Amino acid sequence: MSKIHVTTKVNGDDVEFLADPRESLLDCLRDKLDLTGAKEGCGTGDCGACSVSLDGTLVCSCLVLGVEAQGKTIETVEGMAQDGDLHPLQRKFIEHAALQCGFCTPGILVAAKNLLERNPDPTETEIRYWLAGNLCRCTGYDKIVRAVQDAAAEMRGAA
Amino acid sequence: MRYHTPATFEAAAALAAEASGVTRFLAGGTDVLVQLRAGMVTPDDLIDLKKIDGVKTMARTKDGGWQIGVAVSGAELGANAALVADWPGVVEGMELVGSTQVQGRATLVGNLCNGSPAADSVPGLVAAGATVTVTGPSGSREVPVGEIPAGPGKTALKKGEVISGVTLPPRGKNGGDAYLRFIPRTEMDIAVVGCAVNLRLDGDKIAEARVVLGAVAPTVIVVPEAAKAIIGTTLDDAALEKLAQAASAACKPIDDKRGTVAFRTDVAGVLARRAAKIAYDRAKGAK
Ligand SMILES: Cc1cc2nc3c(=O)[nH]c(=O)nc-3n(C[C@H](O)[C@H](O)[C@H](O)COP(=O)(O)OP(=O)(O)OC[C@H]3O[C@@H](n4cnc5c(N)ncnc54)[C@H](O)[C@@H]3O)c2cc1C
Ligand code: FES
Ligand code: FES
Repeated sequence: MSKIHVTTKVNGDDVEFLADPRESLLDCLRDKLDLTGAKEGCGTGDCGACSVSLDGTLVCSCLVLGVEAQGKTIETVEGMAQDGDLHPLQRKFIEHAALQCGFCTPGILVAAKNLLERNPDPTETEIRYWLAGNLCRCTGYDKIVRAVQDAAAEMRGAA
Repeated sequence: MRYHTPATFEAAAALAAEASGVTRFLAGGTDVLVQLRAGMVTPDDLIDLKKIDGVKTMARTKDGGWQIGVAVSGAELGANAALVADWPGVVEGMELVGSTQVQGRATLVGNLCNGSPAADSVPGLVAAGATVTVTGPSGSREVPVGEIPAGPGKTALKKGEVISGVTLPPRGKNGGDAYLRFIPRTEMDIAVVGCAVNLRLDGDKIAEARVVLGAVAPTVIVVPEAAKAIIGTTLDDAALEKLAQAASAACKPIDDKRGTVAFRTDVAGVLARRAAKIAYDRAKGAK
């Protein structure tokens, strides 16, 4: 099986890798670029643990082929902290204890960041619908929603 | 698996025509990658359509309809206010597909060509009278959306044929459409029944109507008796009752864990009533 050479931008860095066309972007991120923040919970688009932003659009990286990343811009959870400072969402997740095992957390952080870029002041309902494709088996979601609301308020300068 | 990125639909069709093994087109990949991952379908040739010019555009046609590219995602349809104003039922069907993440990728044509009897965008497209352009080795032709599904997982497309665009007719005055589905929870599930209604009013009376059901037969079904039940009426209770009966009578559903035959048959009538009311209110100018 011949591999395809892919060049793409991840968290601001130009990167390249060789991909078998059957490999998902999630596999390429984790196994070729050592970016293991995005997780595989299901591999079928149901759980959102693999969420990344692809040219600004929130996607499941398990439902994107690695070869489709050619020439694109990708953002993962590894790109959220800046110069060692956690992103407000990351800080608020810790403050509110919005995680237990943490498996869903990278995907939820990336998804929530994408939401706040579009809508800096989402309602609880908007947050719950936006995150409906991010499953969490531990927290019961309430603390996640509070953490997102609190981070949004801080980012708006309202807290 | 060979991965192709043709620059034109003619080239995509030629690749598919020459391919000897399992061939799939790649739009949003939300069905193709799930099937690949599950080992259900590993294509020998995968033809990515997203490098073709114009596949991401939505434009008004000269007559006031819409031309929609085959790689336009559900989220992009939903963000197009003018399109939503014209065809809210078509867009709400597509927006029910999957999560935010799936919406960022999933397309109308992928939903249609995956061939699921429960595909959420298909009843709305059929009710609207949408057509697709089919490009094959011997040129292109326009085909009504309702003629594409050919049973679970099957389409009427022949080897070497690809859909190169979706066309929605002009909305025109006093028209409205709506799509509703029943699922056991509020998000992320497969329709147990889906129903789309598209109608046009003359004053308070319904002058034209089309009622389409999903998930209650091997393909989407148009129910002319249900349309007849409301044409010429103001959608009074008697008309709604006849509409519900006709919708239920047209069902040939399966029995599965999501719903029994009796349940699906009953719910088809309930959804037909509700969708007709929404379409009627929209035709009257409700947002
Ligand atoms: C988590 C999850 C939830 C989902 N929820 C729903 C739901 O609620 N309702 C629903 O209806 N579906 C649902 N789906 C299924 C899927 O998202 C939709 O069917 C979607 O619209 C498929 O579009 P796509 O662009 O991703 O198709 P792809 O996966 O790219 O393609 C699907 C099929 O269409 C063919 N195809 C694609 N483009 C063309 C073309 N231009 N010409 C000819 N053939 C073509 C391909 O060969 C393939 O067989 C869900 C999927 C996931 C993963
Ligand atoms: S691993 Fe991608 S959605 Fe679950
Ligand atoms: S914290 Fe365990 S799955 Fe969410």
